[in-house]
Amino acid sequence: MTGILSLMLAVPVVAAILCLFVSANGARWIALAATLADLVLGIILWLNYDIGGPQWQFVEYQPLFSRFAWALGIDGIALMLTLLSVFLMPICILASWSSIEKRVQEYMAAFLVMETMMIGVFMAQDIFLFYIFFEAGLIPMFLIIGIWGGANRIYASYKFFLYTLVGSLLMLVAMLWMVNYAGTTEIPKLLTTDFPRQAQFWLWLAFFASFAVKMPMWPVHTWLPDAHVQAPTAGSVILAGVLLKLGGYGFVRFSLPMFPDASAQLFWLVMGLSLVAIVYTSLVALVQKDMKKLIAYSSVAHMAFVTIGIFAFNRQGIEGALVVMLSHGLVSGALFLCVGVIYDRLHTREIERYGGLSNNMPAYAVLFLLFTMASVGLPGTGGFVGEFLSLIGAYKAHSLVGAIATTGIILGAAYMLYLYWRVAYGTSRNADAAAMPDLNGRELVSLGTIALVVLWMGIYPESFLAPMRKDVDVLMARIERAAPASDSRLAKSAHAPAAAAAHVTAAEGAHH
Amino acid sequence: MGESLALTLPEIILTVGAIALMMVAAYGGDRSARAITWIAIAVLIAAAVFVPGIRDAGGVAFDGLFVADSFAAFSKILVYIAAAIGLVAATGWFSRDGDYRAEYPVLILLSSVGMGMMVSAGDLLTLYVGLELQSLSAYVLASFQRTDNRSAEAGLKYFVLGALASGILLYGVSLLYGFTGSTLFGDIAVALGTDGVSAGELFGLVFVLAGIAFKVSAVPFHMWTPDVYEGAPTPVTAFFASAPKVAAIALLTRLAIEGMGPATFEWRQIVIFMALASTILGGVAAIGQPNIKRLLAYSSINNVGFILIGLAAANREGVAAILFYMAVYVVMTLGSFLVVLRMRDEADRPVETIASLSGLSRTRPGLAAAMAMFMFSLAGIPPLFGFWPKFLVFDAAVRADLTWLAAVGIATSAISAYYYLKIIKTMYFDEPAPAYARSHDVPQTVLIAAAALFVSPLGYLAIPLIQPLAANAASALF
Repeated sequence: MTGILSLMLAVPVVAAILCLFVSANGARWIALAATLADLVLGIILWLNYDIGGPQWQFVEYQPLFSRFAWALGIDGIALMLTLLSVFLMPICILASWSSIEKRVQEYMAAFLVMETMMIGVFMAQDIFLFYIFFEAGLIPMFLIIGIWGGANRIYASYKFFLYTLVGSLLMLVAMLWMVNYAGTTEIPKLLTTDFPRQAQFWLWLAFFASFAVKMPMWPVHTWLPDAHVQAPTAGSVILAGVLLKLGGYGFVRFSLPMFPDASAQLFWLVMGLSLVAIVYTSLVALVQKDMKKLIAYSSVAHMAFVTIGIFAFNRQGIEGALVVMLSHGLVSGALFLCVGVIYDRLHTREIERYGGLSNNMPAYAVLFLLFTMASVGLPGTGGFVGEFLSLIGAYKAHSLVGAIATTGIILGAAYMLYLYWRVAYGTSRNADAAAMPDLNGRELVSLGTIALVVLWMGIYPESFLAPMRKDVDVLMARIERAAPASDSRLAKSAHAPAAAAAHVTAAEGAHH
Repeated sequence: MGESLALTLPEIILTVGAIALMMVAAYGGDRSARAITWIAIAVLIAAAVFVPGIRDAGGVAFDGLFVADSFAAFSKILVYIAAAIGLVAATGWFSRDGDYRAEYPVLILLSSVGMGMMVSAGDLLTLYVGLELQSLSAYVLASFQRTDNRSAEAGLKYFVLGALASGILLYGVSLLYGFTGSTLFGDIAVALGTDGVSAGELFGLVFVLAGIAFKVSAVPFHMWTPDVYEGAPTPVTAFFASAPKVAAIALLTRLAIEGMGPATFEWRQIVIFMALASTILGGVAAIGQPNIKRLLAYSSINNVGFILIGLAAANREGVAAILFYMAVYVVMTLGSFLVVLRMRDEADRPVETIASLSGLSRTRPGLAAAMAMFMFSLAGIPPLFGFWPKFLVFDAAVRADLTWLAAVGIATSAISAYYYLKIIKTMYFDEPAPAYARSHDVPQTVLIAAAALFVSPLGYLAIPLIQPLAANAASALF
């Protein structure tokens, strides 16, 4: 199996180059074939992943570029996020099939390059290789928003690029310092390096600058609504589905295990920002008139559950955060597709223009409802598992955090149901909206596939949690000593977390 | 003596070549310009082949006045290649306007002799002679388009300010000589090291640095750069932005490390100031520029700032990073200027506005893609190759315990990213402007494609080739 990761990275790049030399339709088929090939490779990866085996699998190491190496490898967390990316990509290509009409070849090429950069981030085992993939993803996304975006696309593309660039530049200096201190660029070795406490503080902040922007956390989230609104549908899907996860992945992979003391020291900074995000952006989402903007703000709120879960310093929180990342990737991607479906028909994202869609688009209404519920966190969907676990984690960390974070669920239900009510229920306000045809085959396949996975994740989350469990063990073993003081009485029984988590997931499985 | 002459073989080849070609030009007139250009390129290649210090250890000639070590060899080869590319660029450009003259390649050759002496200088006087030879040729080149007012103005401006800088430099040289008792870098270093840096030595050091800072166009001695770059004929600008920059930076590096090593603490502050001022001003001032040549002028100031961060590190990694940076910088800059040379309207007149690039991705996709690669690369965005030298420079700064400098420097690179993005935005996002006239200049097309390939991610494959050379060259100074 050695070499499969490189193969997964190579397939989209080769296809991207091919795309530039064929007709528009040829480019569509090449892109679809390449993304499906990567999906198949991803599934092969999953099937061959040895749960409970060594922490890093499918390892490749090739010292190529003098100071760092072509080092690839995945653990369970990276495996799941890689799968999420390769799963969403063919759907993105399908979503752009007819809605992108100009410069199709370049569009498909940009998307394929994007795919390589995204999965490269999850696979990189060399810190500088990670940085290169992390940063390089900006270029194709910048072009996707700027060329194929909406009316205000140029502003949005600049904002996206510069925000994320400034964030990650400081991270590079921190990485240089770390490599200089530890004498290695390999992530697995850096993960076990104990950096001095004083340095951890600054390194943590530098990484935080990058990941918080990418995540995005309040108050540096403002690029996201702009980018989402202006990006073409598939761009929004990939932005919400995968790019936002890079921040969460960064926290789990770098900030927490590499700087546990600083993470504990700055516990309240993260929690404060996350809680503000949950309450504030949920309220902002409530008053949006633009569908994409509403979902964009809801993403900020959901991502705050991820940061709360990760920095809760306990197993439930971290596992919950990981599941939220996966389920939000699917659900918000699907919601943007839902918006895209009706946008393609009416060319407006204004909520007011729609209404009563359940009459003329029943299949659409059903799927949209499912994703709305998943976003709210209804039991039986992946959203519930993730948010429930991270809230348990939050309560264990500090009851105040848990209490405020839970309001996010209520607010989430409010803005999502309000959105669904205005779009799908009632009588249609406009004749053209009432005349829209239901989903076509291509759209049905895309949304239907995501719906199945969302339900799978809600009913039997163990499939997704199992590969990651051992990595969370490793992570917990590394950070436990640094955990900040908690007001929870449970904290004294150290063996409880593992049992509780197993119990929770088993209980969900039994219930639904 | 024979040994000394052998070590100066590239300079001898260039000088003899320049004089011989001057005679050909005198008798053959401008009709021979094309042939002379290609012969001059051959002479530059021959000089590059015979550079001592690459395959052998090199050596010191004329009792220390002239140093032909691996550091000089690396810089010289870079300078000669850049000069040769500058010549290739010039042929196609001038011949369209019909005022290409046979003196042009001769002047480039003479300038290259001067640059070779600059990077090999082991003595303040060799330094001065080399610098002046290079500068005098450059003044003439700047005003080469005699019928164009802007070109004449650029030449005059360059000359007046350049003469001022030379004066400052000479004053510093005389102070250093007076207070240390020698003009040899080695002796100066010994004198600076024995009893601390006296006030007189400090003055000399500051004046010398200021004079050289003018040549590398580091802020606050950069004022001439945008005007001269804009006014000079574009191929000359391409030349100015590449070869003389390399030579001046190599010179500054050798002087700072070899000649002023014991005074590192003193000059480091100056270099750090110039570095940050250059990256910031080179970023901010470029934002509003509507002229692509002025923008690239500020871009070169910006890049010099990053190179100076490597110098501020004052360690082996820093010097290797400087050399690597210059190798990539030369390719990126020449590549961008080669694209600018292609900017001609329907009537075949050169255009310089950024607005005329609008929608280039649709009218000339290949050219736009190449330019986009140069711009992303200049901005230092991975995976393009321009990221790598920036990475090395910041790495060197971190290793020298200047983490704060690396952090501030890297933050300023976001400013410059903005205007590089602006060009990409113009080419890719905007509606097409009238298309440029087609060009059938094959050598230029080949060069643009080669440069674009070099700055593409494929460039990383060149690291194993360049890195050992740069490291070896850097170790010659320590």
